[in-house]
Amino acid sequence: MFYRESGDFKTSYAKDTQTFPIKLDRIGYYVILAIAFITIPVMLITDVGGGANYWTNAILLPFLIWAIAAIGLNILVGYCGQLSLGSGGFMAVGAYAAYKLMTSFPDLSIFFIVIISGAITAGVGILFGLPSLRIKGFYLAVATLAAQFFLVWLFNKVPWFYNNSASGQISAPTRSIFGFEITGATATPEAKYLFCLVLLIGVAWLARNLTRGRIGRSWMAIRDMDIAAEIIGVAPLRTKLSAFGVSSFFIGIAGALFFAVYLGAVEVGEAFNINKSFLLLFMVIIGGLGSIFGSIIGAAFMVLMPVLLKNIMVNQLNWPTDIAVHFEFAIVGALIIIFLILEPHGLAQLWRLLKEKLRLWPFPH
Amino acid sequence: MKLTKLATFAVTAVMAASPVLADLVFPSLSYRTGPYAANGTPVADGFADYYTMLNERDGGIGGVMTKVIECETGYSTEKGVECYESTKGEGSLVYMPLSTGITYQLIPKVTADNIPMLTTGYGRTSAANGDVFSHVFNFPANYWNGASAAVNHFLEMADGDLSGKSIALVYHNSAYGKEPIRTLEELASKLGFDLTLLPVDHPGQEQKSQWLQIRRERPDFVLMYGWGVMNQVAIQEAANIRFPMENFMGIWWSGSENDVMAAGDASNGYKALTFHNVGTGFPVFDDIASYVVDAGKAAGTGEHVGTVLYNRGMYGAMLAAEAVKVAQRIHGVADITPAMMRDGLEALEITDENMAAIGFGGFGPNFKVSCENHGGPGLSAVIQWDSASQSWNVISDFAESDMSVIQPLIDADSAAYAAENNIASQCN
Repeated sequence: MFYRESGDFKTSYAKDTQTFPIKLDRIGYYVILAIAFITIPVMLITDVGGGANYWTNAILLPFLIWAIAAIGLNILVGYCGQLSLGSGGFMAVGAYAAYKLMTSFPDLSIFFIVIISGAITAGVGILFGLPSLRIKGFYLAVATLAAQFFLVWLFNKVPWFYNNSASGQISAPTRSIFGFEITGATATPEAKYLFCLVLLIGVAWLARNLTRGRIGRSWMAIRDMDIAAEIIGVAPLRTKLSAFGVSSFFIGIAGALFFAVYLGAVEVGEAFNINKSFLLLFMVIIGGLGSIFGSIIGAAFMVLMPVLLKNIMVNQLNWPTDIAVHFEFAIVGALIIIFLILEPHGLAQLWRLLKEKLRLWPFPH
Repeated sequence: MKLTKLATFAVTAVMAASPVLADLVFPSLSYRTGPYAANGTPVADGFADYYTMLNERDGGIGGVMTKVIECETGYSTEKGVECYESTKGEGSLVYMPLSTGITYQLIPKVTADNIPMLTTGYGRTSAANGDVFSHVFNFPANYWNGASAAVNHFLEMADGDLSGKSIALVYHNSAYGKEPIRTLEELASKLGFDLTLLPVDHPGQEQKSQWLQIRRERPDFVLMYGWGVMNQVAIQEAANIRFPMENFMGIWWSGSENDVMAAGDASNGYKALTFHNVGTGFPVFDDIASYVVDAGKAAGTGEHVGTVLYNRGMYGAMLAAEAVKVAQRIHGVADITPAMMRDGLEALEITDENMAAIGFGGFGPNFKVSCENHGGPGLSAVIQWDSASQSWNVISDFAESDMSVIQPLIDADSAAYAAENNIASQCN
């Protein structure tokens, strides 16, 4: 009744091809942006309930950063159909690039550090994407798995990457943008939050516009049938490597933020091990392959669900912590299976179906 | 974004439901799950049981009840952040994360938040320099003391001459395992032994190639910096290649009952270091038994009482409790703040008299913390496993390590940290 396209007239092509063609969608989008950019920062600054640090460091930052990484992997797996298990290694490249840049150029703004780290990761990603020209599917997954192990081994083995520190740990020094500290222990929650939010919006905007343009269409052509795509004139080399490059660029940004803004100190074998690659793949699959919104909701599901369950079981029900953790594994695992049985195309498809139903509501026939 | 809203609601409700109480709050960043649970559980039990005992027997410390908030980290740094942020608002007095990775991450945070951190026998070794690390304490011994003590023991076994001998270091490939490398390299050049480095990746179940290399190269001694399931696997692998157990030694984190039990009789003679005593032959255990375990208030099942790691958890809890008493005395208030707790830790002095008074006589070394020295004396002893009686026996005195090697390294590393982070000297 309320959610429909009829009566919403478009008078130009630009309006007809916009991301949110339905008015209610647009309004919803601007409301979410307003909440994200105004309400939440105000709540963080005024520190409602004294939880600003907890909210930022335990919930908002991991969610924003994983969402960036999930968008990155979704471009590769969801849009271009190239299965990758090297994401953890690529995040490590972003993190170590950020560390080397931070310590080598102390005056460089954190924004450029993050972007350059992404660019370096893109280069590494393209390099490890080369095998995709010859191998496909599960075999490619195994080839990218090699990237994961090689990169982690490299950052452990070569002391240059961690500036010869005794423990092999890298720690983020304090760096700022426009005089606002973003990294380091004294950075305020709202500065860290806004910095990651701006990057997420930028990445999502870029990804959305890439995927509906020429490049995105060529990715999807390769995904749906590579031989047919080649026959109609899509160059596999350029297409596959551009997907690896863009995907790694986003994952590298996420890795740099993960280290510099979220954790502050990182050890490659623990922070970027194979589990991170799997976690990211789960986010993308549960959220919905080939959907930007799906990446964000998938990241939210995988990051927030355990925290929510922990808070309910430990703080509210006062269960012992070990039992709570075991239940958390079981519940999250069960939810994943249930979601995938009910809707194999992920949470994004559920959302799409809901919108379809809403359009017809209350007269479904 | 339905989930976000749900999470918002739940967490706000949680925060509203738990007001800050006037208790002495000790957060326990424990791990009872995952590949490190076998070692994390007894430590967490010992930690919690000691405070339960203080509450039951003395009514808390200085008349204020204690409260332990447990938060499961699973030895993961991300969960460590979550645990730190969720507990620091509850008035947490001192953090003891029991993980070197989490320690590294928390050092700048606790310093900014003015909450002390006590890392007994782990963490960042150069934090022993209190002039730079104002809020971090790592008494009574650190990793570099351990490395030196192990080499000293090997030196003794080799009749005072290690030149031409070889030592292999089997280590957890993380900040923890890498810590002793620099010290061992210094000692290798000083004493003339060869050092072989054999990293084992997390979680440590896969060690075939490392032990194959040991079998091939036949080092005279093997030193292990392992944790969790890695310890059991290493001892089993050493037994498989028939490496002489008396030449195989672990740091204090690789020498507990559950590490050696898995290999059965084959682990007989395995050695480890310790910075406190073993067993239950101390008066405090009577109180633990009567007030906690028999009363059904034990944190775990009570089966770990008296094991090496249980004792270590209890020892850490005792040191923090003693520091609370010092802080209460200095500031004249019973319900102290984290800032006062820091002063208490810095003025802590452990003597035979006060150890005996709290039932710990002979359990650990005497030492005095100062503004410059947050690291304690670094005394450690060697213990050896006797599989027939299923017990650890102390086979050496609590001896000093080679501070002539370690102190310059501490100074250099802490100076580098101070320069990187613009930290001014806090002691003068």
